[in-house]
Amino acid sequence: MALAKKITRSLMLAAFGAALATPGVALAQDTGASVNGLTGNAEAGKRDYRRWCVGCHGKEGNGEGENAPYIDPRPRDFTEALFRWRSTPTGTLPTDQDLYDTITRGVVDTLMPTWRPLTPQTRVDLIAYIKTFSPKWQTQRAGAPITIPPEPPQTIDSVLHGRQLFDQMQCWKCHGPEGRGDGPSAITLTDDKGEPIRPYNFHDGTRFRCGETNSDLYKIFMTGLDGTPMPSFADSLKPQDAWDLVHFLRTLQPNVQSESRNVWLEYVKTHQGQIKPIGAESAGQ
Amino acid sequence: MRIRFFALLAVFGLAGSAMLVTAARPAGGTITGKVTFTGTPPKMKPIDMSKEPYCQKLHNPPIKTQDVETGPGDTLEDAVVFISAGDQGSSSASTPVRYDQKGCQYIPHVAVMMVDQPLQIYNDDPNAHNIHPLPKVNSEWNKSQPPGAPPIDTKWDKPEFISVKCNIHPWMHGYFVVLKTSHYGVTGPDGTFTIKDVPPGKYTVTAWQEHMGTQTQEVTVAGGAATANFVFKAMPY
Repeated sequence: MALAKKITRSLMLAAFGAALATPGVALAQDTGASVNGLTGNAEAGKRDYRRWCVGCHGKEGNGEGENAPYIDPRPRDFTEALFRWRSTPTGTLPTDQDLYDTITRGVVDTLMPTWRPLTPQTRVDLIAYIKTFSPKWQTQRAGAPITIPPEPPQTIDSVLHGRQLFDQMQCWKCHGPEGRGDGPSAITLTDDKGEPIRPYNFHDGTRFRCGETNSDLYKIFMTGLDGTPMPSFADSLKPQDAWDLVHFLRTLQPNVQSESRNVWLEYVKTHQGQIKPIGAESAGQ
Repeated sequence: MRIRFFALLAVFGLAGSAMLVTAARPAGGTITGKVTFTGTPPKMKPIDMSKEPYCQKLHNPPIKTQDVETGPGDTLEDAVVFISAGDQGSSSASTPVRYDQKGCQYIPHVAVMMVDQPLQIYNDDPNAHNIHPLPKVNSEWNKSQPPGAPPIDTKWDKPEFISVKCNIHPWMHGYFVVLKTSHYGVTGPDGTFTIKDVPPGKYTVTAWQEHMGTQTQEVTVAGGAATANFVFKAMPY
């Protein structure tokens, strides 16, 4: 009789608890991970994290691993749930695919290596685990990925319009008129932790930290690099404008083969002395 | 077991109806006061805006940094005083709060708003700014605002003191103060503040100044005017 009472009591408690918890299902949350049909297991991810990631990212996931004091740029602090390379708008969480891509690709010019040697399942497990470092994943959903329209042809009109935008949007303030990362504001830029950070140098650089395609470049300024001085231009640029800007930015990279740079060099040959330098008119004088 | 269930239900029911009753209470008195300091505050330095010639020309002599804005009688400007505990009779706010980037300066330096209150950010300068709030509790974002761009419409969903910066112009600093309560005041150049429409009751009132931190006081409002003065201890750094 006592046992029956106990069972009834626990069943009623469970039902009551479930009734209270049901509203929680409707709350936005994004715990767990799923990429390419694989589901992440946070427990397995924890074991893998302790083997591969803890040295830099730290036991608490706060970027304070043993190696961290000797690394520049510093390892990601997962407790902030603030991620740089996303397909989602500024101020929103990245998708699982974004995180998977970063782990897989690694981050060029930093000490984050490519983790291709780990199986896809391991990488997805790691994503499920790193989400446990911040409560933000419990209360927010990942942002909706931005729509990237098909890329138009790389014509001189597109490049010239992009050049105009680079001038008007004043990208050169940080990136410099030739994209060498030497604009007037470049030297004073700081990241969220107050550490100096330099803008991307298009003249010397080939790959970006988040990839190397035109679509990757498009995403950089249309989602902003959260946690850095690089803002999102999604409110100021129409998708067509964004593609024109991508094409112009490619002309700033002599070490990257692109149709945009070819048509631009042709144009420069035939329009000597007619090209207005960047930064003169839009300096607000 | 059943008794416990119904007891819990009764508690929730009473709490719910108590909330309804509280919201209907009439508004009442005010809390006024002055925020001052003792000791030596840090010296505010003139800002070099030569990197943005338009803004440099606007400010002659140059404006000073605004971490600690002092006035005659050792008063503190832009300190936010608000009810931090025991608050009642607060209503949500729907009037947008306006934040301007003008002459490479944030106006106002400290913008106070309630949770979910609309915030509109304007760029009044002929040069681009980027607006980069640095919250820890709310979500951080960073948006460019070229000259002539429409205002940015946004809001914050959690209370927090959020510092704001522009990466293009490193001297630009400001604050968004996001509060749960509608009972707050901001000190003017004379260091005084007024909190209106406070129902009678016992409250904890907090004063916040961006450099000097916070101070709290217990204040009882009896339907008329109550006073709360705050004195911060200033250090030269």
